[in-house]
This record gives sequence, C-alpha cells and structure tokens, in this order.
Amino acid sequence: MSKNDIKIALIGNPNTGKTSLFNQLTGLNQKVGNYPGVTVDKKLGKSKLSATQNAIITDLPGTYSINPTSLDESIVLKTLLKKDIKESPDVILVVADVENLKRNLLLFSQIKDLEIPTVLAINMVDQMTRKGISIDLSLLKKELNTEVVLISARKNEGIKEVKEAIIRCHVAAKASPLCGINSKIDPDYFENLKKISPNYSLYELWLMVTQNNYPDTITKEEKEKLLAFKQDVPKLKKYQHKETIYRYQEINKILKKTYIVDKSKAKDLRSRLDKIFTHKIFGYAIFFVILLIIFQSIFDIASVPMDFIDGIFAELSNFTRNSLPEGVFTDLLSEGIIPGIGGVVIFIPQIAILFLFVAILEETGYMSRVVFLMDKIMRRFGMNGKSVIPLISGTACAIPAIMATRTISSWKERLITILVTPFTTCSARLPVYAILIALIIPDTKILGFLNLQGLVLLLLYALGFASAILGAYILNKTLKIKSRSFFVVEMPNYKLPSFKNVFYEVVEKTKAFVFGAGKIILALSVILWFLASNGGDEFKNAEQTVIAKVENQNLNQEEIQQRIASTKLEKSYIGMLGKSIEPAIKPLGYDWKIGIALITSFAAREVFVGTLATIYSVQADDEDTTTIKQKMASEINPDTGKKRFNFPVGMSLMVFYAFAMQCMATLAIVKRETKTWKWPLIQLFGMAFLAYVSSLLTYQILS
Amino acid sequence: MNTIATLRIGEIGYISEESLDVIPLKLLEMGCLPGAEVELIQQAPLKDPIYICVNGSHLAIRKETAAIIQILKSEI
Repeated sequence: MSKNDIKIALIGNPNTGKTSLFNQLTGLNQKVGNYPGVTVDKKLGKSKLSATQNAIITDLPGTYSINPTSLDESIVLKTLLKKDIKESPDVILVVADVENLKRNLLLFSQIKDLEIPTVLAINMVDQMTRKGISIDLSLLKKELNTEVVLISARKNEGIKEVKEAIIRCHVAAKASPLCGINSKIDPDYFENLKKISPNYSLYELWLMVTQNNYPDTITKEEKEKLLAFKQDVPKLKKYQHKETIYRYQEINKILKKTYIVDKSKAKDLRSRLDKIFTHKIFGYAIFFVILLIIFQSIFDIASVPMDFIDGIFAELSNFTRNSLPEGVFTDLLSEGIIPGIGGVVIFIPQIAILFLFVAILEETGYMSRVVFLMDKIMRRFGMNGKSVIPLISGTACAIPAIMATRTISSWKERLITILVTPFTTCSARLPVYAILIALIIPDTKILGFLNLQGLVLLLLYALGFASAILGAYILNKTLKIKSRSFFVVEMPNYKLPSFKNVFYEVVEKTKAFVFGAGKIILALSVILWFLASNGGDEFKNAEQTVIAKVENQNLNQEEIQQRIASTKLEKSYIGMLGKSIEPAIKPLGYDWKIGIALITSFAAREVFVGTLATIYSVQADDEDTTTIKQKMASEINPDTGKKRFNFPVGMSLMVFYAFAMQCMATLAIVKRETKTWKWPLIQLFGMAFLAYVSSLLTYQILS
Repeated sequence: MNTIATLRIGEIGYISEESLDVIPLKLLEMGCLPGAEVELIQQAPLKDPIYICVNGSHLAIRKETAAIIQILKSEI
C-alpha cells in the first residue's frame, strides 16, 4: 500500500449489491485479513481509480444503520469511529438499492453526519424502467450535498463514474453534515455535547454516547465528560427514536422532489415466488429437496476429485522418499509434511461444493425464506432461523459454520448455535466412517435397492443433526443467560445469482479454510511425526531386537521390515502414550494402537485413518484405503483370537467419532468467536464425556 | 386492540403514533414508522414469524414483536 492510495470504506444495507460493486472495482486483487484488535475477517481489495491514482477498498458487512445489534454490524461502527490515520477511511462509498432508496438513505444520512467525504452509488438502475422509477439526479446531488452516481454493478455500468466521483470527492473540501440532528431534538443538550471536543463531529460524539464505543484517540477527560451524557438511559432511547423519525422526515422531503415511483408498475414476480417458497407445505418440501441435492453433490461429485488429490499426494510422498537422499529431513517431508498437507487439501472439493451451494442460495435471496420457515422450529431449541445456515454449513466444516453465526443478534441463541454446530457430521468424519463401515457392515442391498452401507452412513448423519438439536435443547434449559432476542430478517428480492460473485465467494472461503485449518494440521503432523519416530532406548534398539527374535521364523525381508516398524511404533513416544491410556479405553473395546489414533486424531478427526495406516505398518501407500482396510481387517485381538475390528468395536468407534470434539481448529475458532477459553473447554470436555459414555454403552450392549 | 399481529394475510394497517416509543429502534430504522402502511404477506407455519411489507421493506419479524406495534385500520 503506498501513501497516496485513497482508503475507501464500502458501506451499505444488506442485499444492495455491495459485494458485486466490490468485485467490479477490485477484481481478483482481494484478500482477507483481520481487523486489528477485533478478530473478525475483513475483505480488502486494490482498485485502480485512474492512471495515477490507486485505492484500497475495505468491504464492510451489510448494515441497516450504524446503531449495531449484531457483531457484523458493530464492525462498521468501529471502523467509522477509528481516528487512527492508517485505519480511518478517506472516502466512504455508500451503496444503495434504487428500489429501497428511502431506507438506504437512512444509513447514508448517518454516515454523512460523520462529516467524512461520501459518495452515494445507487445500484440496480437497470431495473428502473421496469419498476416505474425515475430520479432527478442533478437535484438529488444538490439536495444530498454529495456525489451521486447511478450504477448497475452486475452489468458493469457506471463503475468508471464511481471512480471519478471518488477522486473528485477526495480532493474536495471537508464534508458537511446532512441532517444536523441537534436542532430538532434538544438544542441545549446537543450544544453542550458539542462543547466536549472540537476534534470530533457532533454525530461522532453522539455515537460514542449511545453506542458506548470510543476511538483510541479520545482523552480520559473527554471520556469522563461523555459519560455524564449517558446517565438518563430512557432519555437517550427517546432521542434515538426521535433522531430516526427526523432523519426519515428529511429523507422524505428530499425524495418527494427527486424520486418518483409509478406503483402500478411495481407488481412483480416476487409475490408469486414467495407464495411457493414460503408455503406451509411446499416451502418445506422444496427446502428438503434442495438439502438432498446438496448432500448428494457433496458426496457424489466430490468423490472424483478427492480420489484424484488423494492419489497425487500418495505419489508425491513416494516420489520424495525415493528420490531424495535418505535422512531425517526426507522422512519429515514424506511422512510428516506431505501427508499433513494432503489431509487438508483433500477436503477442498467437498468444501468448495458446499460453499458454492450456500453462495447460490444466498445470492438468489432464498436463504432468507429458509430462515423465515425455520425460525419457530429452531426457537424451541434455543436457536433461531438464522441458525439453520451454520448447521447446514457444518456438514462441510464447522469452522466457516461457526463464523456464519455472526449475524445472530441474540447472544444466547448465537452461543447455543456455536456450541452445537460441531455435532453435525463434518467432512473430516467421513473418511473415518467410510473405512469403519466398509469393515463391519456387509455390502448388501435391502429391499432390493437400498445399499446397507449407505443407509448406515445416512443414519450417522441423522445422529449428528439429532444430537445438535438435542444438545441445543438441553443448553437452552440450562444456560442462564439473559439475552435480548430480537429477530428481524429482510426478505430480499429474488435474483439470478451472478457467476462472478459466486465464484469469488467460493474461492475466498475455501482459501480461508485451507490456510486457517491447514496451519494447525500441518504443525500437528510434524509433532506427530516426531513423536512417532523418536523414543527411548528400546525404540533405538528395535531393529536388533526384532531381527534376533525372528531369526528362525523364516520371514521374508518385507515382513521383517514391517515387524521392525511396528515394534518401533510401540516403543516410540506416541506408542508409550497409547499404552498409558489403554486401561481407560479398554472398556470401549479399543487397544493401545487404536488409542494412539484417538490421541493423534484429537487434533483433527481425519488423522485417524492416516495414523492407523502408520500403525499397521503400511509402508507403501499411506492414503490407500484398500490396503489400510485389508490390514485393519486382518488385525487380530490377541485376547480373543478373533478380529480386532468386529461389529461392536467398529460401532463403538463410530459413535465415539460422532460425538467427540476432535478438532483443534474448531476449538480455536470458538475461542476466537466467544472471546474466552470457557466455552471451547466446556465443549471439549462435555463432548468427550458424551463420546466416552455412549461408546462404552454401545460396546457393552453389542458385545 | 389492533396490532400487526392481528392482521390477516393480505390485510393492510397503519402504524399508530402511540407505538413510537415501543417500536424497537432497529425496526424504526428499517422503516416501521408511525403512519406507515403495513401489509401482512405471509405467516410461517404455527403463525410465527410473520412476513410483512412496510414502507417498501419486506421483513420477517416474530409475533411477539408484531404484537406490541399498534395499528389503525384506516390512514391517519
């Protein structure tokens, strides 16, 4: 970022096409970062305004006003109140929807009162004729005292004009307020408020009072004076109400002169579509069909690229082992780092497909209808309609799902949603289920067409959802949190999804997942590799001991190598760890080798399969499930002389993986979103306890 | 007493002046102003939440909120 770059904040109501405009202005020059001090993602993009002028654009979450009620919205306020030169925007670009101009101008009028140069972009003007809308642009510019541009972001119209307006606005003199809230509400009160500091606009001071949010630059003295203004809470509330009414009055005055709607033309497709999508019966049927399509795609379409990626990483690992000189570094690379990265990359297809569907559903406006349909049902369990989105997203990965709870304004409902989302069957459980089902469930058809193995998998998914719902119900009854549950959802117009927006959304979210979860899994694979390839004296002497032992057994070279690897693992640090927890997991039907896999997969569930692969000394192909499967199938329980992975053990393991919170990345995200270690720890121990008890019962009943 | 919650589907009412102090700020900001026309478009199963069109905004709100906002059956 160079010093001369203009810093632009992009602000607007949800569903105004803000993201479309951001994509048009920045193209692929986008990146996701963290807001300093607030651990929430922010989207930044670089834009070329003219031959000599560049800009850095920050895309802020959609908001209806700068009086926040959700985490997403509070980010907007925080950005605007920042007085840090590096952070505060030079120009604000407000995006409005031509059809809801009145409501959009409320936000605009608040922003304008902050006295920061502001450009208003009125979007979707290609719809104007159809909706019978006409605007007197030059008069509107004069009345609003700002740059106004008519655009159609999806059709790439008016983008050049927006850039020009930003440059003009940037060099112009300091902006003046639009409404001047002081005179109409309580002139004396606001006159006194203004006296506190000349460094802030009156509206900034008023926001500090009402929102309890102060910029870093404010002095202690100023803050104390401000506190005196907020003692009478009912009065503040009354003033806020008055302020809003006054703003609307001013906006109405302006729009009366400049904006005409011919209502006879306004009837459209929306009401007819709404009749179907929000219908008491069809509405649910359609939602169910859409869910079915999503799940089918996640598993059917994704399996091809997943197998492909799987193969590539196995090859790569082999290639490194064979072509680099033998040594610790080669081992680390081929056994630690490459399989570690592979373990993350393999989930990209599933996650991308899920994000694709979620992005399309949101772009079309359908998601709001789902929220509407599901709210009452979800409320019985202490969540709300908006919780449906995290629960669906959770089937790909809990991390983005938990981040999607930010739009829920009630803290209790949001917390419950965060706490139960990890119960939904995420894609990391899939490899574990797949291999265990293949081992213990016969590949037969029931009723002639239902695949029994597939049915068991479906039941495991149902178990995930059921436990999420039940968990929410219990939390709702036990958590004593007083939280205002205020629910309002805008039902946007139906739109065809824009390919560009969907594409960027999928790329960006997938990237965030890969780099977010990737770091942790990679670090853990290295640690695991170290613990598995080091040990005490017995570990170091494993080779001699084994060779001495098998001298008379007539084994070929390969078998001897496998024995050595197994012995080494048993005597390694991780093996010692596995042995030490054996007494605790024996009642569940597990031995120390499975114990190791439980420990290692604490970091991420999918590590289970890879660990077993190592444990059963499959040396050739770490990720090839047929060989792992064969090894697991032939593993004998020395106590019974029968198969180790029999039906009760397999079921017990699957139940364990259904409930246990085995994902460090999720724990980290929960810590980040709840801002305390309390909730992730409760989640960790609560779910571990549940997992232990239910696998114990499963094993004891079945065996 | 007529409130938004007592509207039938397709019926129109006008938010009364007395409601000003009880309407949550958020709803005011989204256009639920005294005098504004409200139409009930749809009810979710179990009649909650409800889907209204007010002042050009299409909103879903819960019944408990709708029940505190008084309306008049004819324009003020």
